[in-house]
Formats: sequence, C-alpha cells, structure tokens
Amino acid sequence: MMITIRYFGLLTEVTGCTSEKINFSGTTIFDVKEVLFQKYKTLKNKDFQVAQNNELNTDKTKITSTEIALLPPFAGG
Amino acid sequence: MKNHKPKNAFRKGAITTEFIANSIAKHQVKTSIGAHNIFLGQVRADEINAKKVAAIDYTAHEDMANLKFHEIREAAFLRFDLSCMHIYHSIGNVNAGEICLFVFVSSKRRKEVFPAIEFIVEEIKAKVPIFGKEIFNDQSHQWKVNS
Repeated sequence: MMITIRYFGLLTEVTGCTSEKINFSGTTIFDVKEVLFQKYKTLKNKDFQVAQNNELNTDKTKITSTEIALLPPFAGG
Repeated sequence: MKNHKPKNAFRKGAITTEFIANSIAKHQVKTSIGAHNIFLGQVRADEINAKKVAAIDYTAHEDMANLKFHEIREAAFLRFDLSCMHIYHSIGNVNAGEICLFVFVSSKRRKEVFPAIEFIVEEIKAKVPIFGKEIFNDQSHQWKVNS
C-alpha cells in the first residue's frame, strides 16, 4: 500500500523533503524504519520518534494509518 | 472539563506584549478569579562557537501538537483547581528577545496557580512536537533541543 511519510525539523535536511509517498508492504513501525534506513543511510544516526494518528509509537506498533510522521527531539517553549 | 475542544494554540511570529496585555484585560470581568500566573518563554541570544542566535524559526506537527496541548490542558484541569487556562506558542520566525510561549492560568486562589504553570510548561517541553531552527547572525543554523 502507499503510505505518506512526513518529516520534521532537522530530518527534512536528511531527506531533502517534508513528505513523500512510499510503497510499503510491511506491518510495523520497525518495517517502515527499515525501508527508510535503506533509502537514507544517515537517518540511522539521527535521534527521532515515530507517530501515527497523532500518537507516538514504538517499533512494534502496527501500521494503521496511511500517514506516518518522523519527529526529531522536541524544542517547544 | 470534558467540554473543552482542541483549539489552535499557534500564533504566527512572536507573541506580542499587546496580545498578552489584552488577554489579562479580558479576565477582569471574571471576578471569581483571585490569582493569575503567567509563564513567558523568550528566545535567548545564545552564543555558540562565537556565533549568536538571532532568531528561532519554529515548525511543528500542528495537528498532533494541538492535540497534545489539549491533553495537557485537560490533565491540568483535573490536577489543579483552575478557572481558566490559555496556551499560545509561536510558529515561524521569532527574534531573540521576543516571546514564543505564553501560558496563562487563573484560579480562585494562589496556591493552585504556581504548581499548575510549572506542570503545564514542563509537559509542553516534553510532549508537544515543536521544532526550533536556531538562526545565527551569519544565517547559518542549528536545530534546538530542549534540555
């Protein structure tokens, strides 16, 4: 299925975009990360969390949304 | 306080002193309030490797951020006896010395508002997906991380 990956903050400099669609056949957040690590070699060295449906996920979380967000460390306030 | 709906907490650019003053003035009709407490976050001109931060360009996952602001608001209402609460955060460019975060809590009595404001600010720093690009005088940049 096609899913949209959104990138924020410094991650936009790693990927060169703020969002993109990828063809995805896995089931978990871990699988999404594996696909992205293949595509962007330096992403693995970056500190980030993954969210879908506006909630943070772990590697084991199943993909239930067509939109996944990669969030670097927060800097609000 | 289940009747509170998620609002848009973001304001483009710096939060002005006029906006803050107006918010205070609006509460003068709410005469059951006996204590307000306000937190203002200001952009600091940090010096890093002999370069000074001139501004922070804020971006956010806005939908998620507004949901998190909403959850923090609900949690604060449950935890503290508050009459009202307002949270505003900048999006876009904020120069050093300008205000980027405005948290405003009100209660009947003072004892509630001190821990409430600390709780809310700490929760915002930890849970709200906002990102800050620190722009230096020479237009180079680095990404801010909350400590």
